[in-house]
Amino acid sequence: MANIEVAGKTYETDEEGYLINLADWNTDIANYMAQTESITMTDQHWEVVNFLREYFEEYQIAPAVRVLTKAIGKKLGAEKGTSEYLYGLFPYGPGKQACKIAGLPKPTGCI
Amino acid sequence: MSDAKKFMFVNRKAPYGTIYALESLEVVLITAAFDQDVSLAFLDDGVYQLKKGQQTKGIETKNFSPAYRALEDYDIEKLYVEKEAMTARGLTEEDFLVPVTVLGRAEMGKLMDEQDVVLSF
Amino acid sequence: MLHIINKSPLTSVTLDTCLNTAAGGDILLIEDGVYAATRGSAAEAQLRAAMGKFKVHVLMPDLEARGLGDRLMDGVSAVDYGGFVDLTSNNKTCQSWL
Repeated sequence: MANIEVAGKTYETDEEGYLINLADWNTDIANYMAQTESITMTDQHWEVVNFLREYFEEYQIAPAVRVLTKAIGKKLGAEKGTSEYLYGLFPYGPGKQACKIAGLPKPTGCI
Repeated sequence: MSDAKKFMFVNRKAPYGTIYALESLEVVLITAAFDQDVSLAFLDDGVYQLKKGQQTKGIETKNFSPAYRALEDYDIEKLYVEKEAMTARGLTEEDFLVPVTVLGRAEMGKLMDEQDVVLSF
Repeated sequence: MLHIINKSPLTSVTLDTCLNTAAGGDILLIEDGVYAATRGSAAEAQLRAAMGKFKVHVLMPDLEARGLGDRLMDGVSAVDYGGFVDLTSNNKTCQSWL
């Protein structure tokens, strides 16, 4: 367990930096998380992060990378449903990094 | 896929009372990454896992039932419910939150016998 | 296929479900599952009826530990740990019922 401080407020995270309470999430936290991952958020990043949040809302799980890639392709267009595109945005793994920024737990089965 | 093995997860416990149902679901989601031929069988109280309309706010426990609807995204489409177990609990196919194949005991036993690996939860 | 049962037939439906659903093969009773193979238990008749379809085995150390080593019903084969290993290796698949 650890704490992060964003815009004057304190939030709980686990030892890997994932947000403990999903309900705490806001865009300030997302930007903070992105910064710790050395990512500068663009519209393309937000698209993926928002998609993940919607997926979680619907199914209560963070999708595995393979599932995420396929689902993004369906929702946002085939050119975005590729590992190259997603790893381009989140070099250390779209599952790990995008989920962290989205305030979700690490995907099940993600090592 | 020629070297894919047939995996069956046999679920026989109701959700929430014990951790088995959730653990099984997590193992299933992880197994999906390995491109195997995965089937899920629901026997005894395991059929309650698929009941529509689970509301867990009152027991302050995560409702993991929506995740069964994501199984399709994971290419897991073989869900089998034992008819006798379903009927004994006053349930019908319409009570389930995902499409399932209902099998009689004998057919379920035959399917079990055809597997390479059977994991019980 | 080998089916391993470790629950007492008097407190759990595991044995019932296995006998009703499984297609046949070997059944090995271990831990609290061994009570099903004792003379005079409520499960005796049910187990006897299943003997056409299944070959039933019991892990003797578990039965002896429970003071019932002398109550093994006829028709059930007694195995030791070596026999347990043989059963698992002689069957292509094995299911440990929970």
